[in-house]
Amino acid sequence: MSRFLELNELKTYFPIFLGTVFRRAAGTVKAVDGIQLDLEKGEILGLVGESGCGKSTLARTVMQLIRNTGGAVYLEGRNLSELNPRQVRAERPNFQMIFQDPYASLNPRMTVHDALAEAIQTRGKLRKAVLTQKIAELLTTVGLPPNQMRRYPHEFSGGQRQRIAIARALAPEPKLIIADEPVSALDVSIQSQIINLLLRLCRERQLTMIFISHDISVVKYISDRIAVMYLGRLMEIGPAAAVVETPLHPYTRALVSAVPIPDPIRERARQRIILQGDPPSPLDPPSGCVFHPRCPYVKEACKRARPALEEKLPQRRAACIRIGEI
Amino acid sequence: MSQTAISFPGARDTGTHAEEAVAGTSLWRDAWYRLQRNKLALSGLVFFLAMTLACGLGPLFTGYTYERTELSLKASAPLQPIIERVGARKAGEPRRDGIALSTLEDEFLDKPEADRQAIAGKIAHGDTYRDSRYTYQLTSRRHLFGTDALGRDLLTRVLVGGRISLAVGFAATLVSVIIGVLWGAVAGFAGGKVDLVLMRVVDVLYALPFTVIVILLMVTFGRNFILLFVAIGAVEWLTMARIVRGQIISLKHQEFVEAAVSLGLSERRIILRHLIPNVLGPVIIYTTLTVPDVMLLEAVLSFLGLGVPPPMSSWGALLDDGARTMETSLWLLLFPALFFSSTLFSLNFLGDGLRDALDPQSSKD
Ligand SMILES: Nc1ncnc2c1ncn2[C@@H]1O[C@H](COP(=O)(O)OP(=O)(O)OP(=O)(O)O)[C@@H](O)[C@H]1O
Ligand SMILES: [Mg+2]
Repeated sequence: MSRFLELNELKTYFPIFLGTVFRRAAGTVKAVDGIQLDLEKGEILGLVGESGCGKSTLARTVMQLIRNTGGAVYLEGRNLSELNPRQVRAERPNFQMIFQDPYASLNPRMTVHDALAEAIQTRGKLRKAVLTQKIAELLTTVGLPPNQMRRYPHEFSGGQRQRIAIARALAPEPKLIIADEPVSALDVSIQSQIINLLLRLCRERQLTMIFISHDISVVKYISDRIAVMYLGRLMEIGPAAAVVETPLHPYTRALVSAVPIPDPIRERARQRIILQGDPPSPLDPPSGCVFHPRCPYVKEACKRARPALEEKLPQRRAACIRIGEI
Repeated sequence: MSQTAISFPGARDTGTHAEEAVAGTSLWRDAWYRLQRNKLALSGLVFFLAMTLACGLGPLFTGYTYERTELSLKASAPLQPIIERVGARKAGEPRRDGIALSTLEDEFLDKPEADRQAIAGKIAHGDTYRDSRYTYQLTSRRHLFGTDALGRDLLTRVLVGGRISLAVGFAATLVSVIIGVLWGAVAGFAGGKVDLVLMRVVDVLYALPFTVIVILLMVTFGRNFILLFVAIGAVEWLTMARIVRGQIISLKHQEFVEAAVSLGLSERRIILRHLIPNVLGPVIIYTTLTVPDVMLLEAVLSFLGLGVPPPMSSWGALLDDGARTMETSLWLLLFPALFFSSTLFSLNFLGDGLRDALDPQSSKD
C-alpha cells in the first residue's frame, strides 16, 4: 500500500535571468533540491529551517502552485506533478494551504461569508440556506462568532483573520493541509491559540498536516515528526521529541542549541553552538555536503560527496557521514 | 434575513445581541464615509455635478441659442440695457435688432454730438424714439454674461461649450480607460514576452511628442468631433496601462490570489472576483484625474484653432476667442475661464479626495 503523501526526489529550480531585452539565463536557484519524504494519513510533520532554505518553495511545490522541476508528488498514490493544469485544478480541493500573513491572504473586498462560500462550493453548488448554515458551522469550529460573517477582513484582528484563513482552508474538506509559518505574523499571546486550534482540527478530522516554522520549539509541540531543511535539502528527519532532545545532525544540534530552555538551571548549562558565516547562496551551493562550510565537525570527505539521508537509528534518518563518530 | 440560531460557546461579542447578524462595512463604503468627511473633495463632487447639470440643461432656459447671431449687438458687456430697434414695416414682420445702450450713440452718427446724447438719454429713460426708418425703445431683455462680437449670448455659449468640453473629457477618458485597463491587465496577467512587447509599445508611444501627433491628425483629417476625442483618448491611455499593469502584477503575487488558485477556482473567477475589484480603486482615482487632463488638452487644441468647428463652442474655443479681444471686452475671456478653471479645480479636488479615501494605506487596520 502506498503512503498518503510521498515526495520523491522533489526538485524545484528557479532559473535566474539577467537583462530585459536580451534575457539570458545566469544560473538556477535550487530552492528545493531532491527532497524525499513520506507522510502517513493523520500525521503532522514539522518542517524547520533557516530563512531562505526553501520551506515555502517546498510548500508551494507540494500545492502545485509552482510545478516541480524534477521528482514527483504522490498524493494517495496519484502523481500530482504529472497532471495537466485542468486535472490539477480538479484535485485542488483535496489539499489546502494556510499562509503566513493573514493580512495578505484574505481578499480585502470580500466578506467572510463570500470567501467561505466560494471555498465551500468548490465541491459543488449549494442552496443558500444550506450554505449559510455551513459557513456558520465552520466559523464556530474555528472559534469565531457566526454573526460576524457579513464583515470584511479589515474588521478583524490578525488572530481572527488567521482563524478565517483556517476556516477557508477547511471549507473544501481537504485531506492535506500545509501551514506555512501560520503564526509567525501573530502576537505571541495568540500564537498558542492558533497552534492549539490547528492541532485540535487535525486530530478531530484525521487531517494530515505539514507545519512549517523556523521555531523548533513550536514545531516540537505540534508535530509527530520533524524534518530539518537546509539549503533545499533535508538534513534530518525523525520523531519530534527525539530530534529535539538528541539531535543527530550537526545542523540540528546548532538549531536546538539556539532555543532557550525554560528551566533556569539547565538554561545556564546550555551551550550554544554558534554557526560561522551565513547560509551559502542557493545559486552556488557548496560541493559535497551543503552544510560543510559551517559545520564544526567537517572533514575532507564531507567536501567531496553529498551524503544520503540514511537511517542511522530506528525511525531516524540523517544526512551526515560522521554521525557515529561525533 | 437572519440565520437560524446557532450556539457558539465562548464567542465574545461586544454589544450586539449574539444571534443578530452583524453587517460589515465594505472598503467601498468605508471609502465613501472617508470621502464625505473630506469637505474639499465633497464640495468638488457637488460643484462638478452642479456644473454638469447646468451645462446639460441650462441652455434650454437661457432664452437664447448658442448659434444665433445679432450683429447689431456687437460685443455687449454683461447686463447692459438692450435697446430694441424696430425696422419700418414693409411686408410681413418688422425687423427687430438689439443694440447695447453703450453703443446706442453710434446709431445717430449723422446727427450733431449734442443731439446724439440727448436722444440716447431719452431712450435710456424709457421714451420711445422714432426717426424716418426705425423705432427705438428700451427693453427688459438682458444678457447676464454679455454677448460676443457676433452678438451671441455668452451665457448660452459657455453652457453649450461646457457640454462639449465635458463630453470630450468623458468620452476621451472612457476611450483611454478601456484601452489602458485592457492593455495593462493583459500585460500584467500574461507576463513574460507578451508583457515585454506590450510595455515596450507603451514606452515608445510615451517617447513620441503626442500633442504634435494629435495636431497632425486634426490637420490631415479635419476638425472632426469624434476624431477629437479618439485622438485625445489615444494619448491618455498610456499612463492608465502602466498603472493597471503594476497593480495586477503586485496583486498576482498576493497570497489571497494564491489562495484562490489553491481552491481550484477558474481563471475567469479569479480575475473577476479577486483581481478586478482590487484594481478598481486606482483606476477610479486616475480616471477622475484624467478628465481634467483631457479637457485641458482639448483647450490647447482649440487654442491652436484645431478644436470643434464654429458656430459650435467649447470652453477651449471660447477661451481662444476671449483671449483675442481681451483688451476691449474682458468678459469674453473671464467667464469661460472662470467656468473652465473651477471645473478643473473641482475635479482635481475630487480626485485627490478619492485617492485619500480609496488608498488602502489610509484605511483602518
Ligand atoms: N520565484 C522565485 N524566483 C527565484 N528565486 C526564488 C523564487 N522564490 C524563492 N526563491 C529563492 O528560493 C530560496 C528559498 O526561498 P523560500 O521562500 O522557499 O524560503 P523559506 O525557507 O520559505 O524562507 P522564509 O523562512 O524566509 O520564508 C530563496 O533563496 C529564494 O530567494
Ligand atoms: Mg517562507
